[in-house]
Amino acid sequence: MADSGNAPKPSSSVKLVLLGEAAVGKSSLVLRFVNNDFQENKEPTIGAAFLTQKCNLPTRTIKFEIWDTAGQERFASLAPMYYRNAQAALVVYDLTKPTSLVKAKHWVAELQRQASPGIVIALVGNKLDLTNDEAGSGGDGESPGVDGEGDARKVTTDEAKTYADEEGLLFFETSAKTGYNVTEVFTAIANAIPETSLKTARGPGAAHAAARSEEQRVNLNGARDQNAKDGCAC
Amino acid sequence: MSFAPTLRPHGDLASLVAGSLNRKSRAWNLLRSQSETVIQPFEGIELGMSGDLAGFEREFDEIPDNTTDDVRLALWHSKMKHYMILSSAGKPIYSRHGDLSLINSSMGVVQTIISFYEGQKDPLLGFTAGNARFVITTEGPLYFVAISRLGESDAQLRSQLDALYMQILSTLTLPTLKNIFVHRPSTDLRKPLEGTESLLSSLADSFTKGSPSALLGALECLKLRKSQRHSINNIFLKNRADKLLYGLIVAGGKLVSVIRPRKHSLHPSDLQLIFNMLFESGSIKAGGGESWIPLCLPAFNNRGYLYMYVSFFDKPDDENDGDSSHHPARSHATPSIPEEPPEGEEESSETRSNSTSAPPPPPSSSSSSRPSPQSADEEIAIILISADKESFFSLKEMRDKLALSLQKSGYLSLIRSACRQGRPKISSISTSSSSTAHQEIQLSHFLYKSRANVQFCMPSLEPHFSGWEPERQIARRKLMSVYHQLHASMHAKHSHLKVLHSVGEDVASLAWITPVFELYCVAGPNASRAAMTQGANRVVQWAKKEEERLFIIGGGVF
Repeated sequence: MADSGNAPKPSSSVKLVLLGEAAVGKSSLVLRFVNNDFQENKEPTIGAAFLTQKCNLPTRTIKFEIWDTAGQERFASLAPMYYRNAQAALVVYDLTKPTSLVKAKHWVAELQRQASPGIVIALVGNKLDLTNDEAGSGGDGESPGVDGEGDARKVTTDEAKTYADEEGLLFFETSAKTGYNVTEVFTAIANAIPETSLKTARGPGAAHAAARSEEQRVNLNGARDQNAKDGCAC
Repeated sequence: MSFAPTLRPHGDLASLVAGSLNRKSRAWNLLRSQSETVIQPFEGIELGMSGDLAGFEREFDEIPDNTTDDVRLALWHSKMKHYMILSSAGKPIYSRHGDLSLINSSMGVVQTIISFYEGQKDPLLGFTAGNARFVITTEGPLYFVAISRLGESDAQLRSQLDALYMQILSTLTLPTLKNIFVHRPSTDLRKPLEGTESLLSSLADSFTKGSPSALLGALECLKLRKSQRHSINNIFLKNRADKLLYGLIVAGGKLVSVIRPRKHSLHPSDLQLIFNMLFESGSIKAGGGESWIPLCLPAFNNRGYLYMYVSFFDKPDDENDGDSSHHPARSHATPSIPEEPPEGEEESSETRSNSTSAPPPPPSSSSSSRPSPQSADEEIAIILISADKESFFSLKEMRDKLALSLQKSGYLSLIRSACRQGRPKISSISTSSSSTAHQEIQLSHFLYKSRANVQFCMPSLEPHFSGWEPERQIARRKLMSVYHQLHASMHAKHSHLKVLHSVGEDVASLAWITPVFELYCVAGPNASRAAMTQGANRVVQWAKKEEERLFIIGGGVF
């Protein structure tokens, strides 16, 4: 999906930030989305990692510029640097750990208060493979036992879904381990980004030759970049 | 069946064929010392023997959760090296082995002993219990304890503990650390340090394995021709971003190029922290992409953070050494770097033979005998450090331009092949001026530190001291122990030693210190002093002749 060939579709960059408590699987979701890979016992992210991945929609290509932030408390003060001007945010919790949902709600509140007003936020409950839900454990035949045995879920789908609906967030339960629903999250975000907030390049010198030729082919409003910046609350 | 080993095959064959049949007698050892052939040091390593290092191959195994506490405690006691960090209030912060619940009571005992002496205004520095040496350092509100059965000196253990403290400062900065404890002396520091356990552990393990860099307080550089390094420096400087403080190109843990402001140099202890983060712990590499890391470099300034941009080069897809298959389709993580063109193999092998005066060993044999995990030794990273936390994109832009020019000019593949080439083989080290140039050098290994440059070099650890087999791991640790002992003797207070020659049952060693260099050499137990001296002289001549290839002198300054 990373390679669209030479399809003459408009291409836009979208800045996306991942937030959430330590060890909920932010980096694993990104690794699954970008490299279609999974690492057991991944070491904690230090600072933040910057990755890019394209997402092809029927009418356009979204190039995600992803900031995968470290979840530890001491990095929290750096978060504004990453969500400033972000058009999308993935707020991740671990659905086997209720406190991580509490932390996720704090991030959502902070984003609603401080980030760009139009920011698309997705609430993501990760580690579905640790539950009995068929969807999450499917794939490699390694389904947990029946009747609640081995089910580590501590946050019900209803609880999180209700909260997400109240706050107007996209909502998904995923498994970075099996890959379940991971691409769907990013595709849903790509679809939810309002056309008006799309810009063609992050800044001067950042656009690649390919992106530039596409830019010339399609008449995109040059002032959009400006609009996106004006829209920022800070 | 009786089997009297009269002939002992060398090298790999020895462990394969002789194995446990070859338990050598005293007489055999005596006889062997009369032998004309070169004997490698530590040849008699056998698994299961009762020696100082019995079980060293299990040193880094985790203590399992699923057994009884008695078993887990026994395993914990069997470790040869422990590092513990606790607060002066007695809160455990870090232990290399065992989860904190397992060893809580041990921590309590440690805290009681230390604070008893603190109370007497006579701080406890160290003590010996059985064959274990305990060394304690106090840094403000923190106690650091090293427990070792590996025979390091107190000063060496102390510098290891200091490195752990530097890692903590690098995470928190000194003012933050102080603040935390001023306001709440009973704070649990584990929370603020969360996620850095792996950095502390990889640092600790590098000491336990034995790190020449940490022992000598010096860095290792990638061997390059002077003109090549000069050109790389110039490319680096030409692409410099305004916000840049330090720029480094590092290949497989060895420095390739440094650029820095005229008034600041980089301290080895700071670089040790960076190298540990990048090359020893998996934190940065695992995720892919580019990293932006706030960190404090305590020797530079322990009061504030710098911001470090890190990007690893993708492995070239066309590499046919079998390694590239482990990382499929990584290239789109950094889409701005075009695919690497096929490497000019004849060009690289030519520069290779130019860079060493002796004919290079056939590269195919060295790469095929190399175990696959060593491919980590070939990773190339660009590290750009700035004081401005908002400078990620300007540093990223610099990196992209730099990477492109390195690649276009062929220097990237040059670095790659120099890296793949590895350290020089000891057999290749001879001086052409000497009439005995092709006489084989008697040394098995050496460390050469250039004191002025705070850098060191050493020959390849292969074949005797590298590899994952337990015998090899133990041989490597024994080698490092010899270096530690030599270093401790030479640096003991008031000793003023210049040359030290020592012969043991399974190794002979020589240390030689001048104002210019420190040299530590190791040879088999039957090496004569004359042969060792001759070998040492050759190494010194070689290092002098190759100085500008082995070491970065000055670096790129702006």
